[in-house]
Amino acid sequence: MRFDNTLLARDAEGLFWMARYLERVENLARLIDVAQSFESPGHEAEAWFGLIRINADEKNFAKRGFSPDADHVKRFYLLDGGNPSSVPANIEGARTNARTLRPLMSTEMWRQINVFHRFISHITPEDLEGDSLSRLCTALKDGVQAHTGITEGTLYRDQGWYFYQMGRVIERADQTTRMLDIKYTTILPRDGEAKRVAELTQWNAVLRGAAAYHAFKRNMRANFLAEDVVEFLLRDPSSPRSVMLCVRRVEAYLDDLRRIYGLSRSHEALEAAELLREILTEKPISHILATGLHDYLDVVQIHLQLLAGAIGRAFFRDWRPEKPSQSQGQSQGESQGPGAAGGKTEALA
Amino acid sequence: MNEIFSTAWPDYDPGRYFCELTRHRADAGPVPEWLAERLTRIGLPALQARAALAETELIDLGITFTVYSDATAIDRILPFDCIPRILTHDEWDLLERACIQRVTALNLFLGDIYGPGNIVKDGIIPAELVYGNANYRPEMKDFPVPHGTYVHVCGIDIIRDEFGDFRVLEDNARTPSGVSYVIENRHLMLRTFPDLMAGIRLRPVDDYGRRLRAAMTEIAPGGLDDPQVVLLSPGIYNSAYFEHVFLAREMGVPLVQGQDLIVENDRVYMRTINGLRPVHTIYRRLNDDFLDPAVFRPESMLGVRGLIGAWKAGNVAIANAVGTGVADDKAVYAYMPRIIKYFLGEEPLIQNVQTNICREAEGLQYTLDNLDKLVTKPVGESGGYGITIGPRASKEELATARASLLADPDNWISQPLIGLSVAPTLGEDGIGPRHLDLRPFIVTGKDSWVLPGGLTRVAMKRGSLIVNSSQGGGSKDTWVLADRFAETAP
Repeated sequence: MRFDNTLLARDAEGLFWMARYLERVENLARLIDVAQSFESPGHEAEAWFGLIRINADEKNFAKRGFSPDADHVKRFYLLDGGNPSSVPANIEGARTNARTLRPLMSTEMWRQINVFHRFISHITPEDLEGDSLSRLCTALKDGVQAHTGITEGTLYRDQGWYFYQMGRVIERADQTTRMLDIKYTTILPRDGEAKRVAELTQWNAVLRGAAAYHAFKRNMRANFLAEDVVEFLLRDPSSPRSVMLCVRRVEAYLDDLRRIYGLSRSHEALEAAELLREILTEKPISHILATGLHDYLDVVQIHLQLLAGAIGRAFFRDWRPEKPSQSQGQSQGESQGPGAAGGKTEALA
Repeated sequence: MNEIFSTAWPDYDPGRYFCELTRHRADAGPVPEWLAERLTRIGLPALQARAALAETELIDLGITFTVYSDATAIDRILPFDCIPRILTHDEWDLLERACIQRVTALNLFLGDIYGPGNIVKDGIIPAELVYGNANYRPEMKDFPVPHGTYVHVCGIDIIRDEFGDFRVLEDNARTPSGVSYVIENRHLMLRTFPDLMAGIRLRPVDDYGRRLRAAMTEIAPGGLDDPQVVLLSPGIYNSAYFEHVFLAREMGVPLVQGQDLIVENDRVYMRTINGLRPVHTIYRRLNDDFLDPAVFRPESMLGVRGLIGAWKAGNVAIANAVGTGVADDKAVYAYMPRIIKYFLGEEPLIQNVQTNICREAEGLQYTLDNLDKLVTKPVGESGGYGITIGPRASKEELATARASLLADPDNWISQPLIGLSVAPTLGEDGIGPRHLDLRPFIVTGKDSWVLPGGLTRVAMKRGSLIVNSSQGGGSKDTWVLADRFAETAP
């Protein structure tokens, strides 16, 4: 068995991004489902515009000629291929990457993406109306989950698989923060019993959107508070969409790449992941809520971007083995570490 | 036509054309009749339903090519016809030997014109046609290639005339495409029409990737046992990208683009997640012009700066070699029978189509006098572009062709209109005769090997003679019968 590092940097990046684009499709469907359940009579537009806010799409939304009402938001995300954060644009991005990755992917994976791409290109305005919308969201989730399952069962697990997985979990973590954020963009009744019931309904919708509802109920006190939900989605070690679980997965993948394949340039990325874990745990949730969840989630999103950037610099960019005169502090440390190139054969022996 | 065919398809009439199914060929044995019977048993509606499913399958699998016209690019499938084209044992034997003969001559020719140039000195071919050819690459002069092989992958377009004689229409010695369809068509047939094939022994087509990889290994510099082979593609916007993917997969080698490769100290490397890795053989699906911006088109973003330098330093092998375009030029084609004779001392096993060279006064005059009877072709084009079919052209089209000829005679050849052979093909209105050709593929490292069969391209439109995929042509599975049936069969 050979463990050649013949994975092209461009293909590693393609796998990383293909997974991210598909994860975005699934999460957009989840967010739209949640936004729909936030609709309250007279406030439809606010509930839907929350989607625009959490994705920081205000400018683009206006530029593409839309106005802030429910229909326009749905179209912006489900029909407008010219909107880079839409479902059609994301599936297009996934398929374009898949085309370049064909030699690395199973035929089953390619075929499913192709068919799913065609399904999405056939979405019509009628599909966004009434009860059709919920069915459409289910179909979109099903499509990505079919992809995930086919990938699990057919994608060869060499280095490429790790980059695919890292793209997936980084995107998932990012989307979970947005799922939490949407709760804070919605309008609630002033106070009293009406507010309490509305809050409960909304938190339940967020939990459902993040596929965490039942697990949360099993693990949390009956009379839960907002901070319990936030804590669960940010820090739970076992919920597949919690930010903490995703960050830990990235660390494990980077570690495997170093141990099994001798890819020792993961140092900076591992540090970024560690920092992110600290940010996730250093303060009590009550403190985060008191000082502003939205701003805190922004910080988490920025650090997820830094983590992705560090992975990119280590593996995807136009780099070559650095000459001693050019090395930076961190790569020096790396070359002295146990995971350096010389350690590769030992790891394999 | 015998009774089985006239019962199966009472309206089927190939007219004066040679029919690849219904014309009696002794060594085909009972296979054509079996095929007709099986198709009849399935019945037209079921055939059409299955054919539609097969095409959906091609779309789902993304087995597509890209057509460019007026700045739009559309992914299309190559229409697939479910009625196979049959080549008998003896027909294939001739085709195989003729293909090897032709590729051998092409390689000797290239070795000579980039070497001593004896064929020119001996007056067999005009110097101007060789050294003045736009595809002649002076960079190649006196640069030896391993095993004398310039054309590692060759596709030869062969047609069959009214008399059933094969003729070579064109050589493709640069980066011929289509081989992926040969293999995919067979797989598709096996999945969707297993009942048509049952019990018929065919020569397999699955060996192509292994043979190609072996040839790429044989030409690697320094006789490495396990050289790093890569397939260099222009990328996903190339019309043949599907095929690049296919071949990279079949060979089990990385599919790279120019941006993935880098040349340092005359050595080629690819950029991997763990730094630069040496590359030893490049099967390139990129034209000469785009290979190296330092030597050819400076604006090309598709190639690799310094690649030609690395090649000339002997550190990397490139297949096909640079400069093979001079050999598959339509004007040089006219000399191929003489080239074969000169280098091999043999007559061509399969003849050319008679060709008038308009750069010669005689050829030009003949062509102008008979424009309405001839097919005129520009020498530098491929894909069926720029062709005028005299007998089918309007007055205006003929006038345009005449003007083009007179404006630049060197750019044109003409040939008589050959009545291409036909085969039963499924159309909307039933099974009818459609014209077709054949492109066998020859892989050459140390020696040459021919993939059994090749790509049968078929003009899907009734009466059309243009089989090119870019102009509405489709393809058929090409069966080479493994058994040689006795004269007395069935």
